[in-house]
Amino acid sequence: MTTQTAKKPRYLADSPRFLAGLFMSPTIIYIVALVGFPFALAIIYAFTDITTGDPSLEFVGLDTIKAVWNDTVFRRALGNTFWFAVISNLFVVILATGLAELLTRDFKGKWFVRFLVLLPWVAPVSLATLTWLWTLDSVFSPIDWLLRQVGLIDQNMYWLGRPSLAFISVVAVQVWRIAPLAAVIVMAGMMAIPKDVHDAVEVDGAGPWRRLFEINIPLLAPIIAVAVLFGVILSMADMSVIYVLTRGGPTHRTQVLSTWAYFKGIEGGALGQGAAVALFLFPVLVGLTAVILRLARRREVL
Amino acid sequence: MTWDSTNVARLREKTRRRHRLGRVGLYLSAIGFSLFAVFPFSWAVISMFKRSNDLYSRDNNPFWFNEPPTLQHIQYLFRETNYLTFVRNTLIVGLVVTAVTLAFSLPTAYALARLRLKWGERMGIAIFLVYLIPPTLLFIPMTRVINFLGIQETLWSLILVYPTITIPISSWLLMGYFKSIPMDIEEQAMVDGYSRLGAITRVVMPLMFPGIVAVIVFAFTLSAHEFIYALSFNKASAVKTIATGVPTELIRGDVFFWQSLQSAVVLVAIPIALVFNAFLDRFIAGFTMGAVKG
Repeated sequence: MTTQTAKKPRYLADSPRFLAGLFMSPTIIYIVALVGFPFALAIIYAFTDITTGDPSLEFVGLDTIKAVWNDTVFRRALGNTFWFAVISNLFVVILATGLAELLTRDFKGKWFVRFLVLLPWVAPVSLATLTWLWTLDSVFSPIDWLLRQVGLIDQNMYWLGRPSLAFISVVAVQVWRIAPLAAVIVMAGMMAIPKDVHDAVEVDGAGPWRRLFEINIPLLAPIIAVAVLFGVILSMADMSVIYVLTRGGPTHRTQVLSTWAYFKGIEGGALGQGAAVALFLFPVLVGLTAVILRLARRREVL
Repeated sequence: MTWDSTNVARLREKTRRRHRLGRVGLYLSAIGFSLFAVFPFSWAVISMFKRSNDLYSRDNNPFWFNEPPTLQHIQYLFRETNYLTFVRNTLIVGLVVTAVTLAFSLPTAYALARLRLKWGERMGIAIFLVYLIPPTLLFIPMTRVINFLGIQETLWSLILVYPTITIPISSWLLMGYFKSIPMDIEEQAMVDGYSRLGAITRVVMPLMFPGIVAVIVFAFTLSAHEFIYALSFNKASAVKTIATGVPTELIRGDVFFWQSLQSAVVLVAIPIALVFNAFLDRFIAGFTMGAVKG
């Protein structure tokens, strides 16, 4: 792209406006075509009765959304999504702060500990979850074996087979998976606290607990909030853990909006209803994202 | 202030004891966190080598080889299943997606970081927001788009769609790297007679090397992690990736090939985790602060 313009030996590509257009347009076109367009389609689908068998777009007003809303499974999924996200992230925040606190210290073998504790997050999610599917097996679970050895149970726990226990199990696996991510975000925030602050506190003789509650937590509150919001978005939007472990069962006790959208829209072929189910996530995601942006702005992290 | 020596000694002893206690606590929590994180993986690794008689006996110690370990399940995985096809598909998709991601996000990031555009900052945030739109909202209409293009049940479907995940995060990440390279270097090169493109390719790009490596790692691993699109677009065994192939193909009906299944997980997850782990700090810096602080 070094075509010369008339007189001066200046290059066309030296013009920032030309260059900006040249550099930005592929990405903008791509994103409009493959994010913007499908998103618009998702909204349109929610107002039609489109299915894979009858893919014509006939507008039915609010009928599809009403049908989705009146479905008892949807109501359960809505509640489950909320509790799944809230409960798991409550634990994530506690574990992540502790983990970040640990990983900012110096100790022997730290690189290895870091590798191990980050493993749940960096291994591909569907595969990492498969290790839990086997760990929580109805008959051969090693956890059951341990519990039997110490005499707490006689038979098996059926971790994924009993409705409420299954919900607890998927929450636990989600916590296991997201906590490392949150920890690394919090850790980045911890390292951004000027060393002077720590030194001053140390000179003043504050112990680790006071350091945690009076320095780290107040200073870190915004970045912890960012970590939690990422965690909440991931918990609401990512269906991999639940899909692999329970497929929403037993009796829809672990059904969430994302899995329900998949079963309705892809496996059931009701594209309109599937899209409508997923769209119920949208207002919440917008709200959470707005909060992230505000917090990040205030801290100048974005 | 004056201190008598006994006081000092007592204080010193107190601090030392507190320090030692702190160290013990530190190592205990390191062990605790590691055990929690690694527990299911260790069970997977042991299962890989267990004989069926040993594994499928409820009262055998699951953490011990009650019968000699065996490699037969790993052999089964490689010889009798489509595992290598999944690995190959994942590699192909990952490599092409990575190349596409770089081709799109490098220029975009440069424009956002360097060209002092009026709408540059807003554009940057808009791209960040695209990163936050989860596939869950898009996968249903996306399957229609893919069907319309006639590329369902091919690797092209994944190659076309995965950059929607990787380009936004990579642009955001690279923007931070561009901002960390002083503008002067580039201007000096232009004063020395390079065109802007010349300055970019000969002077700036070599300095961008670490950022480019980071993007290669992320684009590749994110493609290998992706689940929902791969599950929705490709149902045929020959075009599955490891993320969808292993959970769907190695479980037939109610029959689980547990040892082979866990081998498949461990053999792929550990290398990906090792690589990702090495670049994790950059990744996090990229999506939390990157741009302004970089």
